[in-house]
Amino acid sequence: MNKNLQWKLLAVVAVTALAVWSFYPPGQKVKLGLDLQGGVHLVMRVQTDDALRLETETSGERLREALRTEGIDVTDVAPVDVTTFQVTGVPRDRDTEFRRIAQDRVGATFDREPGVEGTYTFRMKPNIAVRTRQDAVTQAIQTIERRVNALGVSEPIVAPQGTSGDQILVQLPGVTDIARAKEIIRSTALLEWKAVEGGPAATREALLQSSGGTLPSSMEIVPGVDDAGTGTTVYYLLRRAPVVSGNQLRNARPTLDEYNMPAVGFTLSQDGGRRFAQYTGANIGRRVAIVLDGRVESAPVIESRIAGDGRIQGTFTQQEVQDLSLILKSGALPASLTYLEERTVGPTLGADSVRAGVIASLAGLSAVALFMLVYYKLAGINAILSVVLNLVILLGFMSYIEAVMTLPGIAGFILTIGMGVDSNVLIFERIKEELKTAKGVRSAVAAGFDRVFLTILDTHIASMISAGFLFQFGTGPIRGFATTLFFGLLSNVFTSVFVSRTLFEIYLSGRREASLSI
Amino acid sequence: MRILTNVNIDWLRWRWHTLALSWIVILAGVGLVVARGLPLGIDFSGGTIVVLKFEQPVTEEGVRRAVEDLPGEEVVQTYGPAEDHQILVRLAELVTEEGASLEQGALAIGAAIDASGLGKYEIISTEIVGPVIGRDLQRKGIYATVAALLGIMTYIAFRFRLSFGVGAMVASLHDVLITLSFLTFFGYELSLNVVAAILALVGYGVNDQIVIFDRVRENLRTMRRDSLDKVINLSVNQTLPRTVITAGTTAVAVLSLYLFGGVVLEGFAFAMLVGVITSTYSTVFIASAIAVFLSQRGRTRTRAAEPATGNDAKNRKAGRRARAS
Repeated sequence: MNKNLQWKLLAVVAVTALAVWSFYPPGQKVKLGLDLQGGVHLVMRVQTDDALRLETETSGERLREALRTEGIDVTDVAPVDVTTFQVTGVPRDRDTEFRRIAQDRVGATFDREPGVEGTYTFRMKPNIAVRTRQDAVTQAIQTIERRVNALGVSEPIVAPQGTSGDQILVQLPGVTDIARAKEIIRSTALLEWKAVEGGPAATREALLQSSGGTLPSSMEIVPGVDDAGTGTTVYYLLRRAPVVSGNQLRNARPTLDEYNMPAVGFTLSQDGGRRFAQYTGANIGRRVAIVLDGRVESAPVIESRIAGDGRIQGTFTQQEVQDLSLILKSGALPASLTYLEERTVGPTLGADSVRAGVIASLAGLSAVALFMLVYYKLAGINAILSVVLNLVILLGFMSYIEAVMTLPGIAGFILTIGMGVDSNVLIFERIKEELKTAKGVRSAVAAGFDRVFLTILDTHIASMISAGFLFQFGTGPIRGFATTLFFGLLSNVFTSVFVSRTLFEIYLSGRREASLSI
Repeated sequence: MRILTNVNIDWLRWRWHTLALSWIVILAGVGLVVARGLPLGIDFSGGTIVVLKFEQPVTEEGVRRAVEDLPGEEVVQTYGPAEDHQILVRLAELVTEEGASLEQGALAIGAAIDASGLGKYEIISTEIVGPVIGRDLQRKGIYATVAALLGIMTYIAFRFRLSFGVGAMVASLHDVLITLSFLTFFGYELSLNVVAAILALVGYGVNDQIVIFDRVRENLRTMRRDSLDKVINLSVNQTLPRTVITAGTTAVAVLSLYLFGGVVLEGFAFAMLVGVITSTYSTVFIASAIAVFLSQRGRTRTRAAEPATGNDAKNRKAGRRARAS
């Protein structure tokens, strides 16, 4: 064996060793996709309009508050749509002052357009609207990540998806209680404390009558559970602007109330605690409502000044209290979520698929190997070796880049077997042709490889082009297929040309009067 | 061992017959699609699929009775081997309005089965696809296929000549249509997996064509006085053994996937199997015929006007690189 050949052999062995090292032990290094190990795949849309609406409403409230402290009496401040609110009835003599305050309070985020008779329309600036939407999605992703981590899922995926900019992909491998996981992810967990101005009443109408028939724009009617524990729905008249809200929450934990029922204990941040203390101190004897996701959980009477710690009581089970603490701690979602897609694979089906995939691969490999042995005799061994090595390199590479193995990915392996051997066929057929022109075995082998090399390159590049577009098109499992196909083709160029040729040369180097069994 | 050596078949003589055959298959496929609608899987149409594994043997009929009162059209079929007692239930889109709860359909199926007294069961998989995702995937699937076809055509046009690129693209398009027709004949749905198979086929089908085009180019250098028809016929005949063997090995691998790969990949494997066979057929008959058709005029004109320049110079350059198979 000459020097050159020794180096080639060394290169082949080194690549093989590297590949085996990358995927060994396969149980740990080869990552299985959801379709093989079971789990849930969710795609949801962040309703970014919610975030805009919230921004518009709070800005309106902020302006109203400022006007009140300055003693400017306007008729109303009311939201028009998600990005606009309107102030009506600004007194003419205080117009300049109004403009100054408006500029000061909301001028940075809203454009002001004057209308007739002291009416002003405030429209959110387009760049602010875009940023608010983006922030809502980013924040939603972070919140969901925290919740999913708290659930104890191993290797979850939470990522933006698609081109519309408001879709989120969540993959939870190995999760069995899917309904609970979905509920935890989806809960907006918008927690607010709001002043109770009326109620509880049995119907909305009864509540409206008590306040004179019309609903002031600073008020809202919110349903809730009757405190008496009868389970019927009652309605409260609440002030829109919250006293404090969930973003001022520092901690939440499961606890028990005075009747030993499960409850959620909370601690407010310093700022939130101060505001809460101020409010409760000034309103002893009145009710404050604890509103979670637009529903009054309880509306206790304020008995004393409450600083930073408190309890949310309601009719909770132990599990609900635990989940609610988890959700509150992870923070509120800036907007609600709607599910667009949900795929669940049970662990049994996943295991079945793995088994079927492995059997099909082995059957495919055996059938192809048998054919090559029969048709190409000893040279067939060469082809089998290079195909097997191709699979080893592919598996090693997939593990190295931490690509996920999916069921279509296994199909990609099987196709790699079938297509990988094609290159060997092309080369062997060419060698046979070259042998007929009787230039000697060595030059026939060399010519065979040389002449077919560009053809093989062309066919592989063409196939890789379509694998590339396939990757662009697909999600999850299909991407697994595209990845295996692409890298299978790439490593096949190496095995079918370089490795196979080295094997031929080693075989021929030991023989003086060489002949070929092909 | 050798097969198909020294064959001398006039392939191009059959091009009109084979073209007619392909058209018949494609038109029958189109006819069936027009008559019955394109059978879209839920990846594209949206909807709900629940696969249930029962403890006791159940019949499709029994499950169908249990769910027939649900709104929309239900599909009930056995999933996998009969001894597994697995049944697939599919519901069409229940809600067209986004915002309504997506899992309604799945919950309704569960409730209906619970009420039917068919015994204990386990839900082994659920797929719920909303209309937004379905539309998105339809669009992306079409884009990806068209882009892959154009990409490959450009590559071949760049490496060989434009007429070969067009021939390859038409042949690939032909493969896609024939495969779709066969999927329709055998009642397979167009799912994500099937589209993946079709895209892989677009890449695979070109392989054989490249081998033949390479040989055509090689032969053109030594057979300048012969007609392109003759050169292509010879090239197809010379490469016939490898065309058949490469298709054979791939078909064998794909067949094992079809037989043992499990129910999830059945449509995928079927599409691949049909596609591999079709692409061999189209390489021999369609791609070369189109290449000849498109080259004909260009070739004669080049000859009349400027013999032994242009193409020939190009060919000599290619010759120095000593390529072809």
